[in-house]
Amino acid sequence: MSNITPSQTVGPYFKYGLTPGREYQWNDAFSNDLITPDVSGERIRIVGQVFDGDGAVIPDSMLEIWQADAQGRFADPQDTRALPNAAFRGFGRCGTDANGGFSFHTIRPGAVPGPGGKPQAPHILLAVFARGMTQQAITRIYFEGEAANAADPILALVPAERRATLIAKRGQDGVPAYRFDVHLQGDSETVFFDL
Amino acid sequence: MSLIYPRESNAAHAPRLSPTYKSTVKRSPTKPLVIIPHTLSELTGPVYGHETVRENDNDLTIQHKSEPLGERIIVHGHVRDEDGRGVPNTLLEVWQANACGRYIHVVDQHPAPLDPNFTGAGRAQTDGEGYYRFVTIKPGAYPWGNHHNAWRPAHIHFSVFGHSFISRIVTQMYFPGDPLFAYDPIFNSVTDEKARMRMVSSFDLENTKPDWALCYRFDIVLRGRNATPLDND
Repeated sequence: MSNITPSQTVGPYFKYGLTPGREYQWNDAFSNDLITPDVSGERIRIVGQVFDGDGAVIPDSMLEIWQADAQGRFADPQDTRALPNAAFRGFGRCGTDANGGFSFHTIRPGAVPGPGGKPQAPHILLAVFARGMTQQAITRIYFEGEAANAADPILALVPAERRATLIAKRGQDGVPAYRFDVHLQGDSETVFFDL
Repeated sequence: MSLIYPRESNAAHAPRLSPTYKSTVKRSPTKPLVIIPHTLSELTGPVYGHETVRENDNDLTIQHKSEPLGERIIVHGHVRDEDGRGVPNTLLEVWQANACGRYIHVVDQHPAPLDPNFTGAGRAQTDGEGYYRFVTIKPGAYPWGNHHNAWRPAHIHFSVFGHSFISRIVTQMYFPGDPLFAYDPIFNSVTDEKARMRMVSSFDLENTKPDWALCYRFDIVLRGRNATPLDND
């Protein structure tokens, strides 16, 4: 029988505690800019919006990301393979704005080992928290144009017709910006994982 | 040490769709979640500690010129995994309403006074054994728009990291014996009674500081257990 503490919604009033910006007398512990001066790898931006079941933007959600460095190593001692890249921490947090919008400035992660030692395509974990969500919903951001997506063991478990919801679209003019919208419900509902 | 995260443990959580808590209706996924194995991506997580928590960040009563109004309390407890092992050096973030039940957040329009001496945000790190401690004031109950005459029981929001991205949890700590429990759809979104009561702190007379503050104990159990259980398990 499970003995864990249950999750509860983050509610509508987390901003001053978790993502205060400059609007409250409190400091941010985390940022949506993961870049450290000495980090190697391709610098990218990920932008998107969060939508509810009516297609309305969600202005009071919080997103957290977790990713490996460009060499595919996590800044966690439990990843015992090698030291991670420079001071790169691989964790970011962003509250959505009035348009449901968010952005992260980071580097494109490298491939990391998957089940049975099979490599996983570059991806970023994304957790969505909001009023009306009794716990966070976790998804993955993959990258359009990445050849390794075709052999990714996790994408392979996702029904083919829903995979596109996990692929961030590359910006039109070659700018290293990717678009990743989150739909909590609806025809284009984002794939979330049972973990 | 390598931890595993049995999915069965998630049964303690509220259903994502809990219709009496109305906001879940348009914000909970309707398609089945996709089951995937836990890979290195899920089994690792950010490590934050000392550099994130400043001295006195765990005392919400000394962040301004004077002390906030309200009943000063100590909130402390043990963060541990499913095997009962303390989770050391992990970050906790808290936020809460003031003694009148008003949040400093600009969206909160409850006509109760703000307290110029209270923001309501704090941080702490667990020690080497997994223990943490905050000093704050007891938050008030407040009304909300979910249904006619809806009031939230007094609570403190907790955000905890733990050993991995999938041990991370955001929850709410309640106070023992609150008469609003039976009427609160958020508290009751957790359908299992034993699980629900794990969100209720206990009055801790022993750690009360005489002539200064009452004390409540709130232990937090995160997902994660040893991959190789002890023989006597």
